Amino acid sequence: MNGNRAVTDILAGLIFVAFGLAFATASLRYELGTPLRMGPGYFPLALGGILVLLGLLIVGKGLFSGAGAEGRLGSIPWRALFLIVLAVLFFGLTVRGLGLVPATAVTALLTALASYRTSLLAAVAIATGLTVLCVLIFVVALQLQLPLFGPWLPFSL
Amino acid sequence: MDLLDNLALGLGTALQPENVLYCLIGVVLGTAVGVLPGIGPTATIAMLLPITFSLEPVAALIMLAGIYYGAQYGGSTTAILINLPGESSAAVTAIDGHEMALKGRAGPALAAAALGSFFAGTVATVVLAVAAPPLARVALKFGPAEYFSLVVLGLLASIALARGSTLKALAMIVLGVLLGTVGQDIYTGTPRFVFGVRELYGGINFVSVAVGMFGVAEILRNLEDERTRTVVVEKVKNLWPTREDLRRMVAPVLRATGLGSALGVLPGGGHVLAAFASYSVEKRVSKRPQEFGHGAIEGVAGPESANNAAAQTSFIPLLTLGLPAHPVMALMIGAFIIQGITPGPDVITEQPELVWGLIASMWVGNVLLVMLNLPLIGVWVRMLTIPYHILFPAIIVFAAIGTFSLGFNPWHVYAIAFFGILGYVLIKCGCEPAPLLLGFVLGPLLEENLRRALIISRGDPTVFVTRPISAALLAVAVAAVALAVLPAIRRRREVVFQDELS
Repeated sequence: MNGNRAVTDILAGLIFVAFGLAFATASLRYELGTPLRMGPGYFPLALGGILVLLGLLIVGKGLFSGAGAEGRLGSIPWRALFLIVLAVLFFGLTVRGLGLVPATAVTALLTALASYRTSLLAAVAIATGLTVLCVLIFVVALQLQLPLFGPWLPFSL
Repeated sequence: MDLLDNLALGLGTALQPENVLYCLIGVVLGTAVGVLPGIGPTATIAMLLPITFSLEPVAALIMLAGIYYGAQYGGSTTAILINLPGESSAAVTAIDGHEMALKGRAGPALAAAALGSFFAGTVATVVLAVAAPPLARVALKFGPAEYFSLVVLGLLASIALARGSTLKALAMIVLGVLLGTVGQDIYTGTPRFVFGVRELYGGINFVSVAVGMFGVAEILRNLEDERTRTVVVEKVKNLWPTREDLRRMVAPVLRATGLGSALGVLPGGGHVLAAFASYSVEKRVSKRPQEFGHGAIEGVAGPESANNAAAQTSFIPLLTLGLPAHPVMALMIGAFIIQGITPGPDVITEQPELVWGLIASMWVGNVLLVMLNLPLIGVWVRMLTIPYHILFPAIIVFAAIGTFSLGFNPWHVYAIAFFGILGYVLIKCGCEPAPLLLGFVLGPLLEENLRRALIISRGDPTVFVTRPISAALLAVAVAAVALAVLPAIRRRREVVFQDELS
């Protein structure tokens, strides 16, 4: 990419523009009202507009003002990003169905594998240890009302 | 006297065995996360918020506050011993503290930090007790217009003190406020931006936002470059400072306490600023400026005292106005709300036991920290040998379970992933996450007061500049942004924060 452009500014600006547009267009579906009696759409529409404006300014800054090393994004840990997001989503999707123990174990396993320094065996060990720890903390100590094994399994506790 | 009665009431509450226990848990956890790099007090408090739901309000707040100021202590320990500031405000301490450690004077450096912090914390607690009631009384007279302007001031002033691009910080605030509008509209009950998902009617949970932006994003940052951390720490011997050390500490500690108490009230990380300000003041007034950077005890005692004083007084805007000065305080607001208390000027009169108990507990906590930190220094340092690849799965799993337990809503868990990615990308692009969280927490307050003020004024928008208090608050807010943008100050600000990064 062109060294004179700050990729970070352009990307940040585009993110802001996207969010601004999304909120502004979505708020058109709600009643806008008048300044005296604002409807639910008024405030988000105004702010969405401001955000688009700010985003464009940031993009412009990135395009036209030179940037040094801080203009680059640097490396991205794709494996960690993918695994951690997957782990968190898995937990949300399954904690009610599978119960605390299986959901926690799989989440911990996936997360542990996000590090290049963890082998599969080590990850299993970390997941086992963390699951025991979490059951002790959340169920035994804090009395969280969650089934250890959920209704999706042939047995439940 | 009112002040003494209040403090007595507070001490009575804080010294109940149960509350002392939670205070202890808080400061131990705080010291631990202060020592461990890669996890800060913001993420920790966010993770523990759901757990506090089952506690008494006083106990919950005492514990969470303990984590916050405990982290300040822990951060300085690693800064001194291994030149690794666990917390951003400890970066200054590392300059001279680590030099002292290299010269075999780690003990006196640690003692100077602990004693200075203890003194500053004690004084700042009194400042807090003196300043809070009158401020709350003033705030009680605030109408919606004043409140709107106050929130604007709180949000904009946080930019002036944050590092990095002003434009990006502004955009982060606006994005935060927008995300805060998700959920049912307060006036009409219309569900906004929920896309038919019933679970989102209550809005996005701020625990998810905080855990995602400060926990997950931070973990991803750390996983970019996995290095082995080898920690070699020599045994700390002769802890006590010499008579000469003590003599040199007195004046810096006193100055720093005043400086820190004043700066802590400011929005936007006053404690980091306080530490830097104290260091440069001490260097300027010192008769031996050449010693700074080579192990001057003033360079440890001053910034440490300043940052601890500021950590305590940053509770003033929270307890009197319901206005958080930085993300940790925003989470404290969340803790209040979880307990069914709306933070604001009424809290101090309606829940005196809670407020004064919390204030007095900070003093108790400071005593506990001195007792814990100096003798147990070896234990804390050994914590650094916990490998990060074991630590971060624990953080993720705790965060997921904790957030889910808050209302058993899986959407709160999905939101962690969403804000983790968003936070990570934005941080990579040079956007600080703090303004977004502040905007998110204060957004609903901003909208509510804006709409209410306009209804009262019959749609006349000049109400914000014709009412004197509101106009003054807005003027200060504009001045704060102008200051951040003006080139001369901008340059100095960058110099200050450059030191922090290096």
